[in-house]
Amino acid sequence: MNDLTDLTLTETLEALDNKKISEEELNRAYQQKIDNLNPILNAYLYICQGSSGIPYAVKDVIVTEGIPTTAGSKILEGFIPPYNATVIERLSYHNLRIIGKTNCDEFAMGSSGENSAYGPTKNPWNLNKVPGGSSSGSAVAVSAGLCSFALGTDTGGSIRQPASLCGVVGLKPSYGRVSRYGSIAMASSLDQIGPITKSVADARLILSWIQGEDGYDNNAVSYSNIKSQTKKSDNLSGIKIGVPKEYFGKGLDTGVESAVKKAISKMEELGGQIIDISLPCTEYAIATYYILMPSEVSSNMARFDGIRFGTDRDNFGQETKRRIMIGTYVLSSGYYEDYFIKAAKVRTLIKQDFERAFEKCDVIVGPVSPTTAWNLGAKMADPLAMYLSDAYTVPASLAGIPSISLPCGFSDGLPVGLQILGKYLDEEKILTIAEVYEQSTEWHKMKPTVDMS
Amino acid sequence: MKRYEPIIGLEIHVELKTLSKMFCGCSADYFGQKPNSLTCPVCLGLPGAVPFTNAQAIQDCIKIGLALNCQIAENSRFERKNYFYPDLPKGYQISQYRWPLCTNGYVDIEDSQNQKIRIRINRVHQEEDTGKLSHLDGITAIDFNRSGVPLVEIVSEPDFREVEQVRIYAKKIQQIFRYLEVSEADMEKGNMRLEANISLREAGESKLPEYRVELKNINSFKFMGDAIEYEIKRQQELLEKGEKITQHTRGWNENKKETFVQREKEEAHDYRYFPDPDLLPLKIEKLEEIRKSLPELPEQILKRLQSMYGLSYYQSQLIVSERFLVDFFEDAVSLGEENKISAVDVANFLINKNVDINKVSPEEVISQITFKKSGIISDTSALREVVKEIIKENPQAVADYKSGKIAVIGVLVGAVMRKTESKADAKIVKELISELLS
Repeated sequence: MNDLTDLTLTETLEALDNKKISEEELNRAYQQKIDNLNPILNAYLYICQGSSGIPYAVKDVIVTEGIPTTAGSKILEGFIPPYNATVIERLSYHNLRIIGKTNCDEFAMGSSGENSAYGPTKNPWNLNKVPGGSSSGSAVAVSAGLCSFALGTDTGGSIRQPASLCGVVGLKPSYGRVSRYGSIAMASSLDQIGPITKSVADARLILSWIQGEDGYDNNAVSYSNIKSQTKKSDNLSGIKIGVPKEYFGKGLDTGVESAVKKAISKMEELGGQIIDISLPCTEYAIATYYILMPSEVSSNMARFDGIRFGTDRDNFGQETKRRIMIGTYVLSSGYYEDYFIKAAKVRTLIKQDFERAFEKCDVIVGPVSPTTAWNLGAKMADPLAMYLSDAYTVPASLAGIPSISLPCGFSDGLPVGLQILGKYLDEEKILTIAEVYEQSTEWHKMKPTVDMS
Repeated sequence: MKRYEPIIGLEIHVELKTLSKMFCGCSADYFGQKPNSLTCPVCLGLPGAVPFTNAQAIQDCIKIGLALNCQIAENSRFERKNYFYPDLPKGYQISQYRWPLCTNGYVDIEDSQNQKIRIRINRVHQEEDTGKLSHLDGITAIDFNRSGVPLVEIVSEPDFREVEQVRIYAKKIQQIFRYLEVSEADMEKGNMRLEANISLREAGESKLPEYRVELKNINSFKFMGDAIEYEIKRQQELLEKGEKITQHTRGWNENKKETFVQREKEEAHDYRYFPDPDLLPLKIEKLEEIRKSLPELPEQILKRLQSMYGLSYYQSQLIVSERFLVDFFEDAVSLGEENKISAVDVANFLINKNVDINKVSPEEVISQITFKKSGIISDTSALREVVKEIIKENPQAVADYKSGKIAVIGVLVGAVMRKTESKADAKIVKELISELLS
């Protein structure tokens, strides 16, 4: 056995089953790697010691009983939740162990990880680059082998985009597939918890563990459960793959475009039928998102009043304050109809875009992020440029449909992600297609070498 | 001098007595409990907590709506009412604004001059209660046991023209809550709270006034009546002086017997209502089942008592005042049938004798009525007392009886008959004597 920390969750389970490795060895290997790399990467905000179970990482916006949870904010510094999120409870039945809480943009608001009050997380492929966000620490921990898998949350791309920028798999389930109980809310109508993993099979397995209705979240649905494993298929024959022209327009980096187009050719080679489609409302997605999301944020942040827990409201970071102000404005009487109501209508149109497209195809593919990882600090002074980096992930969030990001190549030495979007609650299909693609390529096996100098 | 007409509307808040709170599993029965002992992440508004709707509360709210002749919405949903107050842990209250569960109802009342008035109900909606602040010596303590208790708000149209109408209406609504068994509706415990809005317009005018004064935080029917009366007088004096009254909120000072300013209009909140993204639109299922499950309501019983038993409106109203009294009355009536006692006799007896129905049984009431009518005392407990006295007064006869001279019982029965002027039921007396001497 070479490096235990390279093993996927599925491989780890097998190796433990066959007694090829012990839980103690496994934990020691991860712990050692964390000791070496976390001071450089800043992926973990809190590390839990232990030697049994399979170690996994949890984004710090998901509450863990007895383990500090800060949501990347100074306002929750020292906060120890008295309860577990539903996903944590569900994972506790699978011989897993929380190895640490991962860094993230404050309250999951950001696309680079730089909005964390505890310093930015570094991209293991290039320490000068951002890892993406907001599930920065989770994506980096998986990419650098600091855990077997991680949980993230995705509101407008916060699982998929860092997964893409770090070269790992990230799945945003359909809205309602996974209970949100215990996920510190950013925008409640969009938030979803999902896995960040080393393989598509892992993402499937974890989703099968955490999915399903919950007596603590009205919006979590029970619907055709995801199988924990599938029969291996090696082709995509009969699968109609939609390619939206709006996802290949202005703003898309040529290196990213070429990697994604190659991936699409590969899918065609595998028997997939490529169909040109249009999602005409795509250009309104960011504007719509930046009205609806801050509205919910402004209300969700109101409980951080320093009375029952946490510190003073002065401790909110810049981006959080910006969104509270935008949301408060948008919901004010006199503006509500012009902004909130209108945006809610456009959201419906975006949903209909997808419904119409899925009459012609089984899945939709495109890039995750218009660019690869950018330099730390490059977009901090320009919030709009930062917002636009979510242009291809936000539409699926607004529509509530599932979407996965998986490695599909490199541009200038930095990973590029392929996004596969599916019908509402049809995770089964995007996972199956992603697995076939993954099996036919080697991208997911590429690991970063962290510059220790 | 101009004549003015008061325009009054009423908002009623009532806490439901469901087992658990509105959006979590904590007990909703908080009265007298240790502060903050009935709390969880949801009702404390902890980070990550998500609400989960209590279906029983929704059913109860619909029951209230149906009892108040409302339309039940096909599309209803929860919204967030955003404002800051230390007793509101999430920084917003889950309430309803644009999509209330029940709308367009009415309640018919009869005022003291026997005039029938229809009070229109604008809406009946579901929300959650807040925590409770206690201002102690130098500090303010917060008890979150009440946080998240299901609360229903009933908003009337401004259809009241006199204080008396408000009082009758509020009592009637309270009675409906109790008949539906959805709430104790106890004003003192704060299960039921009233808020009135009052303005005055010139007699003959048909437009609503441009202002309204809200009276809040008043915890008894009497204080509310006093406050409204005071307010009518206060506003009239201002208007007579030609002053303009602005919209604001007032409280009631019971010591000074006057209202006082609590909040000016400039301080009015913009609550920034929007659909609560944590809760999908409500699906109203089993509406017909709920409708069928409604108990007989006071108004229906009122009519039935008059038509079925020939009671007067006044008698019926007194009996309807409590559900338990109606049952007691009807039990007594059916017992009385054998003894040829009419329902009207039962009603008269219950009302005139001011019978404490918690202490007597319908059977005892019937035997008392029977005695009054026939003169025969068949009330065992009353006769038992007389028999005891006779036993005490006739030690020789008692000794003889006990030594075996059973025939002596006739002497004792005779003594009882003399004492009761021959009104006692001899058969019962005989039984009592042998029982007490055995």
